[in-house]
Amino acid sequence: MTRHDKRKLTDRVMMGLCAAAAVIGLGWLTLILGALLYEGLAGLSPAVFTEMAPPPGEDGGLLNAIYGSLVMTVIAVALGTPIGVLAGTYMAEYGRHSRLTVVVRFINDILLSAPSIIVGLFVYELMVTRMGHFSAIAGAVALAILVVPVVVRTTEDMLNLVPNALREAGTAVGAPRWLVIRSVIYRAAQAGMVTGVLLAVARISGETAPLLFTALNNQFWSTDLNAPMASLPVTIFQFALSPYEDWQRLAWAGAIVITFTVLGLSILARSLTGPRRER
Amino acid sequence: MPAFAAPTDRPSKLEVRSLSFYYGRQKALNDVSLSLPERSVTAFIGPSGCGKSTLLRVFNRIYELYPHQRAEGEVLLDGRNILDRSLDLNLLRSRIGMVFQRPTPFPMSIYENIAFGIRLYERLSKADVDARVEAALRRAALWDEVKDKLQASGLSLSGGQQQRLCIARTVAVKPEVILLDEPASALDPISTAKVEELIGELETDYTIAIVTHNMQQAARISRHTAFMYLGELIEFGATEQMFTAPKEAKTSEYMTGRFG
Repeated sequence: MTRHDKRKLTDRVMMGLCAAAAVIGLGWLTLILGALLYEGLAGLSPAVFTEMAPPPGEDGGLLNAIYGSLVMTVIAVALGTPIGVLAGTYMAEYGRHSRLTVVVRFINDILLSAPSIIVGLFVYELMVTRMGHFSAIAGAVALAILVVPVVVRTTEDMLNLVPNALREAGTAVGAPRWLVIRSVIYRAAQAGMVTGVLLAVARISGETAPLLFTALNNQFWSTDLNAPMASLPVTIFQFALSPYEDWQRLAWAGAIVITFTVLGLSILARSLTGPRRER
Repeated sequence: MPAFAAPTDRPSKLEVRSLSFYYGRQKALNDVSLSLPERSVTAFIGPSGCGKSTLLRVFNRIYELYPHQRAEGEVLLDGRNILDRSLDLNLLRSRIGMVFQRPTPFPMSIYENIAFGIRLYERLSKADVDARVEAALRRAALWDEVKDKLQASGLSLSGGQQQRLCIARTVAVKPEVILLDEPASALDPISTAKVEELIGELETDYTIAIVTHNMQQAARISRHTAFMYLGELIEFGATEQMFTAPKEAKTSEYMTGRFG
């Protein structure tokens, strides 16, 4: 065997291993999605989106859980996004070379990968014990704490991608720094920053642990932010563990709703950053 | 190094007095003195790294966007030192505009690209802004090409058009001095010719400083030329004299292509 043949053989073997690893990785994902569709599609009906969570043995849907998830996600994003965007802006624009930025970035990275149950416990101590009861607002705050590091990270990264030439150009016409950032730099980084928020939504929409200690759950329709509120992940958790078959079916349906919402957000995020990349 | 007076009867607009510049500890300009005559084009030539762009970036203090860069000496604009700490930088930059090597349109419409700078320092009615935008685009010889698509993104234009948009944007603010940092080096020959023609027309109203790698370009468009080498100003004089009978040996060596 010549050296050339040997190299070719090594190439084939490595190529095969890489392909096998890819197939294994994708295989599990396919199996999970397959199981989800197989089990969940049967339970998916218009009633899921229009009726309340039922007592065992009766028909019903997940409307209160879907509503609760929506409300808490919206509040969490509304609370977390401004903080994240402003912090990311400081790090990329004003304090790019400062020590504070290095420290904040390090802590933010830790927060980014912190187990969400810890965030749940933190908010439990901070709000639930003081208020004396579980509440939707506590759940939203817990989710907001998870939103912040994602948005900080993507904002900083996206602003860093904006070429300095654009900062110089904005400055050179005589615009003050804040205006250059707001009118020029944000616009250049817009798609990426929106993607960051969408990713944060995707991240929190499946979170169960932080809600267990904060918003808890609610079997009934409730719009009171000061009271416990149902959410999709917690309801799925409760129904999936229950011995009742109709509850289990609803849990599968809820899982499908979450999965495809997240999938939809990811595709939206992709399409925002993907092909329209400028220059 | 002797100070070079403006070799002309025109009054000086921008006067540099023993200017030194540092990137951190590295000295990039060493005791440069010269004076730019009003309403005329002054070219800065020299090999890469000679400090010509650095010098230009001192004139509007754009270098202050970055830490560890500092200038020592004086640069007088109409007699007032612009390196003065107390100077309002944004106001300075509205008086001294700059166009960069690569076209840098803002990520907004063609119209907004121009209007952005105008609205910074003037409160004008919509009609007045419209008029100023049109005037600036006409001035940059771009109006006929974009008048039907003012709301299109500035990024949708060709490279040469983008650069003329940037010139229009600079002119629209009504500065007194325009700094051009190799404005044509990223452009094709036709666009380059248009930009050069434009610079010639702008000379009647503005004091222009242009950095260029292209010696023919310097010879074509400038009245005065400064030759720089290793952070020092080697020679400064009327362009014709610089190109036909340079006084310094280094200048003639560079002009004839023996180094650089």
